Amino acid sequence: MAAELHVELVAADRQVWSGEATLVVARTTSGDIGVMPGHQPLLGVLESGPVTIRTSDGGTVVAAVHGGFISFADDKLSLLAEIAELSDEIDVQRVERELERAKAEGDASAERRADVRLRAATATR
Amino acid sequence: MGAQLRVYKRRIRSVTATKKITKAMEMIAASRVVKAQRKVAASTPYAQELTRAVTAVGTGSNTRHPLTTEAENPTRAAVLLLTSDRGLAGAFNSNAIKAAEQLTERLEREGKQVDTYIVGRRGVAHYNFRERTVAESFTGFTDEPTYADAKKVAAPLIEAIETETADGGVDELHIVYTEFVSMMTQTAVDPRLLPLRLDEVAAETGKKDEILPLYDFEPSAEDVLDALLPRYVESRIYNALLQSAASKHAATRRAMKSATDNAGELINTLSRLANAARQAEITQEISEIVGGASALADATAGSDN
Repeated sequence: MAAELHVELVAADRQVWSGEATLVVARTTSGDIGVMPGHQPLLGVLESGPVTIRTSDGGTVVAAVHGGFISFADDKLSLLAEIAELSDEIDVQRVERELERAKAEGDASAERRADVRLRAATATR
Repeated sequence: MGAQLRVYKRRIRSVTATKKITKAMEMIAASRVVKAQRKVAASTPYAQELTRAVTAVGTGSNTRHPLTTEAENPTRAAVLLLTSDRGLAGAFNSNAIKAAEQLTERLEREGKQVDTYIVGRRGVAHYNFRERTVAESFTGFTDEPTYADAKKVAAPLIEAIETETADGGVDELHIVYTEFVSMMTQTAVDPRLLPLRLDEVAAETGKKDEILPLYDFEPSAEDVLDALLPRYVESRIYNALLQSAASKHAATRRAMKSATDNAGELINTLSRLANAARQAEITQEISEIVGGASALADATAGSDN
């Protein structure tokens, strides 16, 4: 069995996902970073973007994360985000509407948030 | 029905109605406490991980940051006071306000100028009535605070602490809120949030002797700390808001419970008085009848002779 790392994905007001994984890919301010078991202790600042978690049973969990941190030590990885949503919690149609509205209103940050969620939602489907 | 008896009956009716209301409020508050407690518990993992990360950066690097270094000569401080929007919670708000006033007094004795930030209509009303200056106030969300509310409260505070003292910024940030110890105990506390005392933060995580690994910072320790500390402040304020909400509901529950108990006692006393009044009325009627009858009998006996 391949080595595993324990992942905790927590938002400010709840625990979003927790479990064992073999690979976690997240976007930090200086680019995408992939963390596998045995990685050097790491503390990084996350950008808004999708986070991909390859679970140890072969599945994939994708979550949209808006700002936050990644911290890894002793094969324990925590993803801290103010807002985090799993891809299957995201309502694609609603996000598409939000995206259009944000574009129409020229709200750049709302547009980016909606875009991240849309990408996370479509990544698994 | 005699006048006295009617008055008692009316009061019993009114107290019974009040009792029903306080009983309902007690039960609503009880269910809200549970909900608020659950929210506190749900926010704990994030706060814990964040605290761990702050400790890691703080101890694992030699970075100096305005949020962790103590000013040599602090002259200005900000006090954030958390109260509730609504009353009917016993001494909940007055305890928090009293704690804030004591803290303000202490800081002023130390020669610091204090800026007050208030959450909750009760606190705002208290300060406005005494015509004290309030730097900023927030209302409307104290029953069920969300993280977005915490961000809104934290924003001006973080800005104030990042501003140089000479330009109207502050050196210290204190927060006064009511800690939810248990269903029966809630205490007003006034910890200093900033500048951070790293040893205290480390003690909070409960694992004092844990050796933190040497982290690799991405992109750099300064940037991580820059991003981390405002989030830390937000999360602490969020936690305080949640605890304050839970405490408020617990205080309301207790206040309403004793109101219900008192109403029950009052109803008992009043019904006893009403019974006594009724009995007195009956006794009087009987003695009137007896008196009337014997007077009549005396009169007939007299006419016989």
